[in-house]
Amino acid sequence: MIAAGSTRSTRSEAGPSLADRHARFVRRRVFLVAALAGVLSLSFLFDVATGPSTFPLGDVVRGLFDPARLPAAQAVILWDVRLPYATMALLVGGALGLAGAEMQTALDNPLASPFTLGISAAATLGAATAIAFDIDLFDLPQTYVIPLSAFVSATAAMIAIQVLARAYGASVNAVVLFGIAIHFSLTALEWLVHFLVDANASQQIVFWTMGSLARATWDKIAVVAAVGLVCLPTAMHHAWAMNAMRGGDDHARSVGIDAQRLRMIMLLRASLLAATAVAFVGAIGFIGLLGPHIARLSLGEDHRFFLPGSALAGALLLSLASIASKAIVPGVLLPVGILTALIGVPLFMALVIGRRPR
Amino acid sequence: MTGRPAQGLALEGISVAYGRRTVLSRLDVPSIPPGSVVAVVGPNAAGKSTLLKAVAGLVRAEGRAVFDGVDLMGLGVARRIRAVGYLPQHLPPGTSLTAYETTLSACRAAQPDLPRREIEAAIERAFARLGLADVAFRRLGELSSGQRQMVGLAQIVARRPRLLLLDEPTSALDLRWQMATLDAVRDMATNEGAVALVALHDLNLALRFADRAIVLANGGLLIAGAPETALDAAFLREAYGVEGRIEKCSRGIPVVLVDRVSGGVERREI
Repeated sequence: MIAAGSTRSTRSEAGPSLADRHARFVRRRVFLVAALAGVLSLSFLFDVATGPSTFPLGDVVRGLFDPARLPAAQAVILWDVRLPYATMALLVGGALGLAGAEMQTALDNPLASPFTLGISAAATLGAATAIAFDIDLFDLPQTYVIPLSAFVSATAAMIAIQVLARAYGASVNAVVLFGIAIHFSLTALEWLVHFLVDANASQQIVFWTMGSLARATWDKIAVVAAVGLVCLPTAMHHAWAMNAMRGGDDHARSVGIDAQRLRMIMLLRASLLAATAVAFVGAIGFIGLLGPHIARLSLGEDHRFFLPGSALAGALLLSLASIASKAIVPGVLLPVGILTALIGVPLFMALVIGRRPR
Repeated sequence: MTGRPAQGLALEGISVAYGRRTVLSRLDVPSIPPGSVVAVVGPNAAGKSTLLKAVAGLVRAEGRAVFDGVDLMGLGVARRIRAVGYLPQHLPPGTSLTAYETTLSACRAAQPDLPRREIEAAIERAFARLGLADVAFRRLGELSSGQRQMVGLAQIVARRPRLLLLDEPTSALDLRWQMATLDAVRDMATNEGAVALVALHDLNLALRFADRAIVLANGGLLIAGAPETALDAAFLREAYGVEGRIEKCSRGIPVVLVDRVSGGVERREI
């Protein structure tokens, strides 16, 4: 193809080919993803073992594979309390991490997260409305009405943003601007709900916004897991196209990728993940921002590794926050949303300062 | 497009408007033969980038861009990108993808049916040709804007399209790499019978490397032809509003010399 006579000698002429070096690069990343999954497994076990009554790790492992060997009380604590909380932490953290990664790529903005487009504000308003007005839906108990209302509200917000943005050309700026506008409008409506309701309902709303894994049950876990099982493989299917999109819209379109359409799909998928996660456990901040940053720093931005890495990092962060929420004040389960913000802010600052050119 | 005899490129009545603002108006460029390097020159906002984007199918345009007997405007995306390689002015700095990953992703997206080994071999050759092997595994965000521009060109070289649309590929490059870049473009045109439309601000590079020049001004074609004849004193006055001349250096290479802004004070030699 190209005439001989390179203007500069290249290492590839003497050493391994670029393809070989790339293969080594890929193997290292596969190892890092596997290591992250290993650390996450350990964190999960510690999360299950931690609580008001201590569970030795051996009992946890035995109880997981053969619950009959545990005393009945321990088996109930393990399967009805600890495991649902710890599993929900993994799934919600993973969902928020993946949602954040997709949003950061779609909006070409490392500060984007599920909260950027008002998804959290919409879910909070939905939950607040259900709590404040004691909405009755098909005779469902309120523990299901609240997340359902939060999910419907968050979904409506994301559809509104997509429709508005599409009407104005679906550019990155249009999506972000409409997201910010919707965020402020919904927050104002939430304040209005606070103003209208009595102190008791207002307190319940505030508690919901703190985010808590204590709302986890197996049927809710099944819903979050199902959404994750649909979203992760479809996101991975777009990994190469997302890589090409990092070169800008013109670059992506010049190699055959419909950048606008892909952006819309990514944002819809991210919104679905975030809305589902937030609906069941309340507003949990920083995971969707921090997970992708950790993945990007350790694995780079090849989306074949960046996407699962973000999900794993998000899951690990929430799992660690869950452990901390039980360990800081013995016998008290702190709302995990407080912990993610408290841990997330200094960690995020450390990452930013660590990357500053010296 | 494969299998058709190489006939080159002809642009017929290309018009582009952004909203109510017309950027290009009924632009006609007669047949450009295979193997040609064509410099697209003109002042700022003359429509150079828009012309390249219109032919690449990145902006909505009227008219026909006939390449090897086929109107690109009527082609589906898959067939168009097989024939056309578009290089934007800049690859964005804020990405953590490596130079190799960026190139691999672009090649895979553009030619999904091509066996992986062929893609890897093409990238190997392109990186060696452009001297990028040393930075292949550095993140794009760590590279200079010139190096990122070279990575963008490597994607085009690896893909080997028959129509190259390069938007100011030398704008961030030092002298050595300006030469290396345009040498590579010249090689692709000569060896593979490709047509290269290259938007350039540097008229000396246009004079040195191009077979012909398309001069745009005010959304239309000012002149088209061989660079030595198209780029003259009248052109400098009309397109750029400067008084100047084209002279040959001692080695016979034409050089643009600008004396003053039209109606302004003559530049003094220091």
